[in-house]
Amino acid sequence: MADKPIEGEKKAFMTGNEVVAWAALAAGAEIMYGYPITPQNEIMHYWTRLAPKFNRKFLQTEDELSAGFTTIGGVLAGKRAFTATAGPGNTLMQEPMSMAEMMRLPTVVVIQQRGGPSTATVIYSQQEVTMTTYGGNGEGLRIVYSTSNHQELFDYTIKAFNTAWKYRFPTFILGDGYQAKMRESLTIYDPEVRGIEMVPTTPYVLRPGQIGVNREPNHLRNTYNTEEELYEVLQKHISAYNEVAPEIVEYQEFGTEDAEIVVVSHGVVFRSCKGAVQELREEGLRVGYFRPITLRPFPGEQLRKVAERARMLLIVESAYGQLAKLVKDAIFGCSVRIEGLFKPGVGITSEEVVTKVKELL
Amino acid sequence: MSNHELPRMPKSWRLESKPHKFCPGCGHGLVLKALGMAIDELGIQDRVVFGCDIGCSLLAWDFFNVDTIQTHHGRTTPVVTGVKRANPEAIVIAYMGDGGGYAIGSQHLVNAAARNELITAILVNNTNYGMTGGQMAPTTLPGQKTETTPYGRDVKEAGYPTQGPEMVAAIAREGAYVARGTIANLKQLTRFIKKALQNQMEGRGFSFVEVLSACPTNWRTNAKDTWEFVEKEMTKYFKVGEIKVPAAEGGETDE
Repeated sequence: MADKPIEGEKKAFMTGNEVVAWAALAAGAEIMYGYPITPQNEIMHYWTRLAPKFNRKFLQTEDELSAGFTTIGGVLAGKRAFTATAGPGNTLMQEPMSMAEMMRLPTVVVIQQRGGPSTATVIYSQQEVTMTTYGGNGEGLRIVYSTSNHQELFDYTIKAFNTAWKYRFPTFILGDGYQAKMRESLTIYDPEVRGIEMVPTTPYVLRPGQIGVNREPNHLRNTYNTEEELYEVLQKHISAYNEVAPEIVEYQEFGTEDAEIVVVSHGVVFRSCKGAVQELREEGLRVGYFRPITLRPFPGEQLRKVAERARMLLIVESAYGQLAKLVKDAIFGCSVRIEGLFKPGVGITSEEVVTKVKELL
Repeated sequence: MSNHELPRMPKSWRLESKPHKFCPGCGHGLVLKALGMAIDELGIQDRVVFGCDIGCSLLAWDFFNVDTIQTHHGRTTPVVTGVKRANPEAIVIAYMGDGGGYAIGSQHLVNAAARNELITAILVNNTNYGMTGGQMAPTTLPGQKTETTPYGRDVKEAGYPTQGPEMVAAIAREGAYVARGTIANLKQLTRFIKKALQNQMEGRGFSFVEVLSACPTNWRTNAKDTWEFVEKEMTKYFKVGEIKVPAAEGGETDE
């Protein structure tokens, strides 16, 4: 049996789904639970081919409810466990992830967004932002990384396991069908050679020892009898989340010091926006970009500073205003003008962004 | 346990949570007594992971001094499956009601049985949704009055009671253990549960025990009528005994 999935560093040219499988292996993920849904299937395909070589496990479940709840079981057993889904599967996944949120379980879920609502398309969208950040009957106490290319897909899949186990909030990688299916070059690596230390895992059940002698039984709850009891638990969770949020928040910005228009986007759409902004800058136009990498927690303070300087924010997304809601919530009270280029379930090119910006300037 | 001994609590019970939280006359306490005895006899308290479904089953969450997980309604089977797959040393128990197992979580029960998961599911059949106030369950008897069948369960509208162990036995393969016990025969029930757990421990296959239980609160029955319902009415539809045993094991029925 091979020792490490990746020795040192390697140049690779592969699809995003393959990248996720390699990243999970490299991160030391021990078990994947999954249910087929396009466009994330090849994560399972690569995982099931690679996992046995490195003594990792896989269980194909009967649906995404089961995939989510078995992932919770794996985490409770103290393993780096993960699952992957999309679209209607993500809808079902919200039930188990609300349990993970209430019990602060370090689950890792990879979402490859597809068209919605309903079955819609198997292709692509950014329409799972609201659901992934604030889904379930909860308060959005989760961490959501929105990646924009294959290198990030690799880097942040590894990071997701560490973020989850360090902070103990359910953690999501929010990709999409384009990232899932397209081939791109990147460097895959053993986290150790980059100085990335994997956060150790610990079991919630069957801790070492003997009950009544040197250990207490663990009674893990998600149900409470009174409003006060629930309130107390949630206050703790919310303040813990708010406390660590500044350490978790990640974003990128460019040209925002003097920009009249700041283009706000995330995920794969950010690539079009970045290209557009570079092109417009070359033409001497005062345009910048702001890109949240974490959609939860959202880099609200950072964006507010940008919004207070700019004349206008142009929000660009393959959804009808889901990122826009996060933005408006974050900068509430700011008088900046807000415009949108919203194409739900459809890809957006640099040219479209350039044209839109020129219309608005 | 001999009938002449004074009543005693299983060692694996949690004293601090007694007296328990169930209604007077509820069958859960008896099922959990049988389970406690089985855990004690097998000496597995330190290896058990006990998952509680939502509904009255949830009130068992602090019943034992064993690692316990409150799950979601119907989702106990996948949670303990996830634990078992990640840690094969664990002895996992999914504890649920008829609604959790046969309605909202039926896909999990069916597929866990089909995969021959090395888990033990214990399902308490009291012919109604107790916690939510006595609605019709998959196991409600024909003609039985509940909050959602106030004129009695009409089989033309609402179908016949689910025969869970028979369904599971039809799906499960060699190595599975399937039985239906009753709170009216605790010695037998303890044997069934013990055999179910042994089946898991020896890696033979899925194990499932349904238990005929009582809900006098929602049935609105006195002690005499409660026992009559459990022993005479329920057994007309739900036959007590072992329904599937691994070839190596000898079976037993109630007759």
